[in-house]
Amino acid sequence: MNARQDNGCAGPAEGYNFAYLDERTKRMIRRALLKAVAIPGHQVPFGSREMPLAYGWGTGGIQVTAAIIGADDTLKVIDQGSDDTTNAVNIRQFFARTTGIATTTRTRDATVIQTRHRIPETPLADYQILVYQVPQPEPLYKLEARRAETLKLHAAEDYALMNVKLYEDIAHWNHVETTYDYPVRVDGRYVMSPSPIPSFDNPKMHRMPALQLFGAGREKRLYAIPPYTDVVSLDFEDHPFRVESQGHACTLCGSRESYLDEVIDERGVRIWTCSDSDWCDDRRSVAGTTT
Amino acid sequence: MSPQPLLTVDGLTHRFAGARDGRPAVGDASLALYPAEVVAIVGESGSGKSTLLNCIAGRIAPGHGDIRYRDADDRWLDVRTLSERERRTLSRTEWGFVEQNAVDGLRMGVSAGANIGERLMGQGQRHYGRLREQAYDWMNRVELDTDRIDDLPHGFSGGMRQRLQIARNLVTQPRLVLMDEPTSGLDVSVQARLLDLIRTLVSRMHLSALIVTHDLGVARLLAHRTLVMREGRIVEQGLTDRVLDDPQHAYTQLLVSSVVMP
Repeated sequence: MNARQDNGCAGPAEGYNFAYLDERTKRMIRRALLKAVAIPGHQVPFGSREMPLAYGWGTGGIQVTAAIIGADDTLKVIDQGSDDTTNAVNIRQFFARTTGIATTTRTRDATVIQTRHRIPETPLADYQILVYQVPQPEPLYKLEARRAETLKLHAAEDYALMNVKLYEDIAHWNHVETTYDYPVRVDGRYVMSPSPIPSFDNPKMHRMPALQLFGAGREKRLYAIPPYTDVVSLDFEDHPFRVESQGHACTLCGSRESYLDEVIDERGVRIWTCSDSDWCDDRRSVAGTTT
Repeated sequence: MSPQPLLTVDGLTHRFAGARDGRPAVGDASLALYPAEVVAIVGESGSGKSTLLNCIAGRIAPGHGDIRYRDADDRWLDVRTLSERERRTLSRTEWGFVEQNAVDGLRMGVSAGANIGERLMGQGQRHYGRLREQAYDWMNRVELDTDRIDDLPHGFSGGMRQRLQIARNLVTQPRLVLMDEPTSGLDVSVQARLLDLIRTLVSRMHLSALIVTHDLGVARLLAHRTLVMREGRIVEQGLTDRVLDDPQHAYTQLLVSSVVMP
């Protein structure tokens, strides 16, 4: 895949403000983001706007990206680790057309990466910002549906419920069943939902050099993890958090350390491939086996 | 020298919004509860017993009066001015609350073992094996079948749910337990066994308990002292046997004589 893509347009589309949202809205979102960064893991309400795509497709992430993106930025958008799925392609095009900025599929070249359901395999650096699309920002939601009550639980640091859930998993399955959206404790204080990334990716959030921002459009909440912040997955002393080995290697690049998807290729054969398409391409081009 | 009380209530008055003048739900109630003492609050429906209990538990902010509690570090806390966070900490460490309806006091969506373990986890216990051991231990203590540790309380009978609720509250060794009609709604043989259990646990653990009940039999079996409430006021109080055998107030006399003997 080519490093920089031609967006098919010379500059931003006419009739729209830079990055679609008006400046006052972007400022409002940035103010909320500043608060979110100041209180790591704490959910900050914001005035989520209607976006030209449906809730559940990344309206929260798009608004965060729109608020922080500048003319010098290079944007990468991934969905389930891949740059070429519908959601990723459309959001990338949306920003290319409303800002005219450069986009890329290469993790290393991007300054802003908007993601759904994955963290790139390539370690991120301090010049990068990772924006997550979040469907449900409240980690306690499944256990306590009352928003007023969960606010109090967060305020009182009363997270027994979260461990009740893990206890139940171990009692019934002998291990923690949660394999995605695995709750974490940020900076020793707030319990936070990492959005539906696989628990495989949880360790990458710990002390990550890049700034991590989370946007939930429908739920109208933002939260953040500043660079180099402690992010610990919840567990029990005698059942520590661990990443399950997948027991396969990528059929295309042979990687054993990346997160794999099970897919059926054109011949109808079941294969395992890296979910991070950029990582996989990279490894294959280094090995000189690019097809 | 008499020991210091654990809990004192002084001049507590609470009127619900919209109530008529001069008819507070609780009027000028004062009481003291001493360590390892069980006090029953009896009275008919609507006499304000549950409101009094809810005020003490911090679930209702009373209009007037003082509620003070002496904590494990021997400090006197003004329960009314505690912050929400302090009150929550207190209610999951030093206090227990047994609801009339076990459904309100249990997490119905999680197993019996998790129900017992929740308060322990709330205090920071993070060792699954030890949580499990304590859950087994407490199921034994409240005479629940330990085979059902991973079952949801939905499948439990009323008596079993109440036992589970008691285990869930007592597992952290609270100093003060508030009980709101813990045995009503159960049939008499189940009631008798549950009362027996509560009495044993309370005396073994040296708990202080405040029990609201309309059943004089519960007061007789469990309580050292009994308070009689009527129309929001405490009309009589004293040692349980004295109050029930030699009632002074006309209303207490009526209450005692209304008990049906089979």
